[in-house]
Formats: sequence, C-alpha cells, structure tokens
Amino acid sequence: MTELLQDIGLSHGLAVFIAKAVGVMVVGAFGLLWTLLGIWIERKAAGRFQDRLGPNRVGPFGLIQSIADTVKILLKEDLMPQGADRWVFNLAPIVSVVSVMLIWAVVPFSGSWIGSDLNIGVLYLVAVGAFGTVAVLMAGWSSNNKYALLSAFRSVAQLVSYEVPMVLALLVPVLLSGSMSTQTIVEQQHIMYLLAVPLTVLIFLTSGQAETGRGPFDLLEAESEIVSGFHIEYSGMKFGMFYVAEFLHAFTIGVLTAILFMGGWRGPFAEDVPLLGFIYLMIKSMVAYMVLIWVRMTLPRLRIDQLLDFNWKFLVPLSLVNLLVVAFVWKILPDTDQINSFGDALVPTLVLLVVNIALIAGVGAILRERGRRERQRVEARLTAAESAAAGD
Amino acid sequence: MDITVESIVFLIFGVLTLGSALLVVTTRNLFHGALYLMASLFGVAGLFVLLAAPFLAGVQVVVYIGAIAILIIFAIMLTPQVTAMRSVRTAQWPVAVAVAVIFFALLVSVVTPLMDELGVDDFAADFTQENPPDVPADSLVRLGEQLVDPQQFMLPFEVASVLLMAALIGAVLLVWPEGTRSTPPGEAGDD
Repeated sequence: MTELLQDIGLSHGLAVFIAKAVGVMVVGAFGLLWTLLGIWIERKAAGRFQDRLGPNRVGPFGLIQSIADTVKILLKEDLMPQGADRWVFNLAPIVSVVSVMLIWAVVPFSGSWIGSDLNIGVLYLVAVGAFGTVAVLMAGWSSNNKYALLSAFRSVAQLVSYEVPMVLALLVPVLLSGSMSTQTIVEQQHIMYLLAVPLTVLIFLTSGQAETGRGPFDLLEAESEIVSGFHIEYSGMKFGMFYVAEFLHAFTIGVLTAILFMGGWRGPFAEDVPLLGFIYLMIKSMVAYMVLIWVRMTLPRLRIDQLLDFNWKFLVPLSLVNLLVVAFVWKILPDTDQINSFGDALVPTLVLLVVNIALIAGVGAILRERGRRERQRVEARLTAAESAAAGD
Repeated sequence: MDITVESIVFLIFGVLTLGSALLVVTTRNLFHGALYLMASLFGVAGLFVLLAAPFLAGVQVVVYIGAIAILIIFAIMLTPQVTAMRSVRTAQWPVAVAVAVIFFALLVSVVTPLMDELGVDDFAADFTQENPPDVPADSLVRLGEQLVDPQQFMLPFEVASVLLMAALIGAVLLVWPEGTRSTPPGEAGDD
C-alpha cells in the first residue's frame, strides 16, 4: 500500500503515515464490528448456560438483536448528573474503549498481518491495561455518586491486585520463547504452550477474568450492592461504550490466551495462506472465550475480602512458585534456547508437562486440606450454635 | 531543520508533557491535577519512544501511570474537599522558588556534560527513521544482561530489590492491627 501511495506522488513519510492510519482504522473497525456479533454469541451462550433461549426475536435466531440495541442506545437521552465533572465524565468512556482497542495493535492476526510487531509487545499489553483502570477511576469519581465512588475504590483494590498474577503469568511465555514480541512468541510455539504449562494458562485466565471485572469477579458493578458501580450515571451511547469496552476486553483476553498459549495463527497451511491463519486465531480465541463465559455464568460473585484473600494468599504465591519452577526447569534442560522445530520442542514440552501436573496435584492437595479445615470450622460453629439454642 | 513527521510528533509530545506539567501545579482541583500528571507522564513515555527506547516507554507507563498515579488518585478520593482548593501562599514561597531554580540548574549541569560525552552536541540534530540516533538494535537484551552482570549493574539492582523488599515488609507491619502481632490479621477477628 505504501508503494501505491508513493506511485501517485506522495512523499515516503506521508505514504507510510497514511498506510498506517488506514491499518489502524481497519483493525479498529473490525474490533468494533466484531463486538456486534460477539455480544449476540455471548448472550446466546449465556442463555443456554442458564437454561433459557437468549435473544430470538429480532431477525433469524435473534442475529440482529445487537443492531437493534445499538439503535436504541443511540436514540436514548444523554444525561449528565448535576455536579458531575463534565470533562472527566465525558472522557472516561472514550478512555475505556481506547484502552482495549490499543491491545489489538500488537495482535498477530497471521504471519504477516500485525499492527506493530513491537519488541516489547508483552510489556505493552501490561502498559495499556493500566488505562482501563484509569477509565474506571475517572468514571467513578466524576459521576458525583457514592455508589460510583465505592466502585472506583473497589476497582483499585481488584484491578491493581490481579495485575500481579497476570504479569507473572505473562512472563512464562516470554521465558519459553525468549522474546517479548507477540509475533515471535507465536512463531516459537512449535507445540502450543498450553500443553507445556497448563497451570500458567489457568492463572492467566483467572486473573484475566478479574481484570475484565466479570463474574465471579464482578464486584465493580455488583448490581445487588452498588447498583451498577462506576457506570451507574451513564446513559445512551456513553453507557454503550463501557458495555462495548467490557465485552471487547473479555474477548481480547481470549485472543491473548490464543496468541500466548495456543499457538495464535499457527495451523495447517497457515504459513502460506494468511487468511487461514486469521481463521485459526479466531477459532482458538472463541474456544478460550467460551471457557471465560462458562466460568462467568456458573460461579456466584465473591465478597471483596474473599476476592483479595484469594489473590494475595493463593494466586500470587502460586504464580511466583510457578514462574520459579518453570524458569528452573527451562534452565536445566539442554538446548532450550535453540528450538526450531517440532522435534526440538517435544522433550522440553513433555518435561514441563510432567512438572506442571506434579504442581497441580500439589496445589490440589493444599486446596482440599484448606476446604476440609473450613468445613470443620463451620460445622463446629453450627454445633456450638445448636447446643446454645438447646440450652435456652 | 526540515519539518519531518518525527519533529511534529516530538512537538506534540513536548507540548503535552510541559503543558500538562504546568497545569498540574496551577489547577485548583486535585483530581484534575492527578489526571494532568498522568498526561504529562504519558508525554514522557512518548518521548522515550521517539528516542528509540520503547522498553523505557513501556516501563514508564506501567510504573508511573499504572501504579503511582493510580495510587495518588486513590489517596485523593479519600480526601474531602478536593475540588476547590483555596490558594494558599505561605511565607515559604521564596524558598520554594529558590530550591526549584537551584534544582533546575543542577539538572542542566549534570545533563550538559553527559550530552558532550555521548556526542550529542547539536540540539537540532534531527533524528528520523532514516537517520536514527546511535542506539544499539538489541538494547533490550543488553539492558537485561547488564542488570545481572556482576561487573556492571548487579549491585545497584540488588540493593534496589532489597530496599523495595524492606518497604513491602514495612508496609505490612504498619497495617498490622495493634495487639495481634502473633496472629495474621485475617484470622485475628474471626472468633
């Protein structure tokens, strides 16, 4: 495209600039249009998980429900509470969507389709994630509403805490591939990392679910406690933008899981046909995303103290141990810095898999023991209460 | 000096950094001040990218915007009366101005010889994509290796880790409830 623009007489710098701008728009438009279909898929799946039909009235199978919702949301009155901080209030939904769209810049859609193959790709992912937290803070504070403010407080506790295990989980594919570039991480997965480090994938999905603020970690918008949290005062398209950002963030976690652990665009003939690689990536992303929806629809919401206990007393120590063990095994295995084919990757993958299974078994034993002790404590309390009631 | 895309981007980020920094200290609204601080720090990250140091840019965003600025906002939200700070001018303001000027002079005196050492003597040296500054291509790998090399920066690196560890333990001790030093805080109030 750059050559084409230069041919019609533009300077090199301008041609590169225009080509990049078009690329940004294509990726951005794809992400936002995908949201329309994705929300329909999610609502259908959620319906099935809860033994109901989901959207089924507008269009065949309710397919154009999202479009109807978009029209409705655009026509709604745009309200702003009295005493709201006008600029911050209007800026927050935009920051929220942009923080998610920025992640797509480093998503390798296929061997040659990537927005920008940064050599700090994974660090970039963590960096732009910070803006999502800022958006929640801005919305919560500027709404001039106590529930929104409470939600902003929770967001700091939750989003900042769960960033720690997330970063520690992200370090594992970086360690295994020897690079922070997302494209190199995909290329290095001659055998997908999911098979080598399943525990890391579980940690990443758990902390990813918490980072997006979805059930069982939906404390930011807990309907029964703080009504709907930081976006309580937003109406119309501004609310729509938060909704889109939340959906897109959750789906992006699925995409990242596919890239970092499931081999991204890799698959039969994907090297020669870029479109095929893109299709593989979307299929893998949907698989990871379905797991996230499944968890979201199955588990009840946690309390804030349970949420923080789980993170700091279980997830963070676990991901630290996991990282140390993987790094140690990777160091003592021979030739792990020159893995260029399926055959090279086979032995390290098997060793890591065995180590991971041992780790998971150990963690499982600890969890069983904790659960047993907790049940005993509750039972002891119940019998004490019963005997006290009988004594009256 | 020709106007290149790089120089325009540099101007944008420069104005963003300095303008926001000015607004941080002049705004009457503490919350806005914190947001301007974020914008200013983001501008610095942009300058790092222009200097072909993307790793520093990423770390700048993660550490300053993702952690420090968010904690500042958290503290501000717990403070009453943040929107209308009265203008308070104490007798200390001449001292403050003097300290600021001295600090600025100090920074200039440190940076100027450093620039001579690095060979950056021409302020208008326009770095473009075709004429990049003299930065090694594998700066990220070299940074990592130098941080754990005993001949280079291993000692400062380890000292910084020990300092941060001490701060972590100190923070935990500070929030430990009084009189329950022997049991962890979560289980203290259970029964």
